[in-house]
Amino acid sequence: MKKAEPNLVTDEKTQRMIDGMIATEQRHMAERAAQTKAAEADCDCKEGMFPSITNRRGFLFAAGSTAIAAAAASGGAIAQDKSASQAPAGARHFDVPADPTKVQGEAIGVNGGYGLRSQFESETRVLYPNPTDYTSWSLTPLDKMLGNLTASGLHFVRDHNGTPTIDPAKHMLYVHGMVDKPLKLTMADIKRFPSVTRRHFIECSGNTLTEWTKPTMKTVQGTHGLLSTSEWTGVLFSTIAREVGLKEGSAWVLAEGADSAVMTRSIPMEKMLSDAMLAYGQNGEAIRPEQGYPLRLLLPGYEGNTQIKWLRRLEVSDKPFMTREETSKYTDLLPNGKARQFTLTMDAKSVITFPSGDMKLPGPGFYNVTGFAWSGHGRIQSVDVSTDGGKTWYPARIDSTPEPMCTVRFSYPWMWDGKNAVLQSRCTDETGYIQPTLHQLVALRGANSTYHLNAIQSWGIANDGSVTNVQV
Amino acid sequence: MSRSKTELTNLPSSILGRYVAGIAAAAIAMPLAIATLTLPSAASAEVPTHYGFGSPATPAELAKFFAIPPSGKGLPPGKGTAAKGAEVYANNCSACHGDHLQGISTKGLGGPQLIGGRGTLASAHPVKTVESYWPYATTLFDYVKRAMPFNAPGSLTDDEVYDVVAYVLSQSKIIKPTDVMNAQSLPKVAMPNKDGFEPDPRPELGLYR
Repeated sequence: MKKAEPNLVTDEKTQRMIDGMIATEQRHMAERAAQTKAAEADCDCKEGMFPSITNRRGFLFAAGSTAIAAAAASGGAIAQDKSASQAPAGARHFDVPADPTKVQGEAIGVNGGYGLRSQFESETRVLYPNPTDYTSWSLTPLDKMLGNLTASGLHFVRDHNGTPTIDPAKHMLYVHGMVDKPLKLTMADIKRFPSVTRRHFIECSGNTLTEWTKPTMKTVQGTHGLLSTSEWTGVLFSTIAREVGLKEGSAWVLAEGADSAVMTRSIPMEKMLSDAMLAYGQNGEAIRPEQGYPLRLLLPGYEGNTQIKWLRRLEVSDKPFMTREETSKYTDLLPNGKARQFTLTMDAKSVITFPSGDMKLPGPGFYNVTGFAWSGHGRIQSVDVSTDGGKTWYPARIDSTPEPMCTVRFSYPWMWDGKNAVLQSRCTDETGYIQPTLHQLVALRGANSTYHLNAIQSWGIANDGSVTNVQV
Repeated sequence: MSRSKTELTNLPSSILGRYVAGIAAAAIAMPLAIATLTLPSAASAEVPTHYGFGSPATPAELAKFFAIPPSGKGLPPGKGTAAKGAEVYANNCSACHGDHLQGISTKGLGGPQLIGGRGTLASAHPVKTVESYWPYATTLFDYVKRAMPFNAPGSLTDDEVYDVVAYVLSQSKIIKPTDVMNAQSLPKVAMPNKDGFEPDPRPELGLYR
């Protein structure tokens, strides 16, 4: 194990995990750099601002180099079917005509009726290593997101023992415990109830956990990528509660998943009856398997792990069950050795995604600084941006409509003079809570509570335009 | 309502007369239009707050589920001892958690350390284990029965779960090697960190100064 610096407070397991994340991000960055280099050699565009490229041949250099090199070495031909080997995940390869106005395009419906993304778009989630890939997580490339919603295929994933395959025709939800009428609901039953459709973020409580003591990850995908936003469709728990009839004294609900971790969390009844949703829709289609197909619990603004995926059971109780996840795992250790428990709501947080770590600004001039802000306590009220490391703040523009427990897009028009700068964003939610600095958080909690780091993020801009993760 | 009824009734005929040649198409479209305009008045007559969907969940169906709270409610019959647990552990757990419950961080294994770490929680390098951190022995039973072994979850018998729980608690010096773990004794085990947790104190007043 890497020896931690004396003033850093980190338990051994967390330190191993952080070391693994650093190594993986370095590999990912090297891949991106190779892509950029190949792209710049290939064309005059010199798109240096972003670390990765959208160039077809650049992608080939990175993803296909081994296969191509092997084929060249053996004198063999590259496979005839290019669609599988050369297209990025979620795309299909088509030969690019010299002039698309002079040849017929592809026929409608070539993809079997389900659309694919462009073969020129190769952005993916990045898998960070836990010792096993079944409990690992993959992070959303926030710097590549366009708009406010996360593409379903790029929504971050955290499983506790893999993604199960569940036949919705056989899936049941049981609702029982302190109720008058215990119920068994099929997916068809659940879809017959009146539904709601709402946009909400989900953030893992471990998002940004590498940054407690020093700038650790290089990119915003690494520092903040356990955050995604979707439009969710489902039935409110309150609707189901009336069906089963809650008994006096009911105060908690155990939610249980149908995965092989049989993941369980106890949720306060107050939350369940305020806005908890049994969600089966995500961004206009069925929830993706990694997000809990066919049914997940959605708890707007709560830490991600409580929003049990593959939901199969709700047990109403007077007390919490003290499951493994709410005692030994998602609890926040303080310097005095005590740990905070049921720290469920995600506090207000924001981050600048452009420019962000591992990017390079080509030169002085105008830049539209952009980012995300969100709060588990309601709407985002305002966002401020600083270019001098938090000495002075100016209001940002809000570029999307603020909704409760949903990300907003913000932007800030910045004329860079070519000198060193430190960019920060700071949000205020509708309760008046202002996103804190890291110093404030560490003063209150120490640096070893792992979860719920919602501090202001700093990106250093050097006079050569390079952008790095810094702390001020 | 009466105004929209007139408009809706007139709409299909004018559109159909102008754009749709087939009489068959008109025959299909007309009843649809009528059905649409009768629906709102029917629905506004009564809006239910109960729907009656789903079917009763029977005790037999619910019997396969469990979640063991600190009271021990729902603990199954059966019993276990550390001596038998040593064997269960060796066969099912040691590959990932190590021969001495010390944890293995190797890629592909990754079982965390289970014992040790007492007195470290307030230090610079806290070691969080069942022994040092977990507040309830019932949680250990619940989790082992629920999700362990990692590659074959739910494969241990209830007696084997009691055995291996007894073994881990005994190796942690929390119970005596001869103590028998069952539905009565397990909830009474006093874990070293049972008072180590506090409820969420947020909002943190220190952020409002």
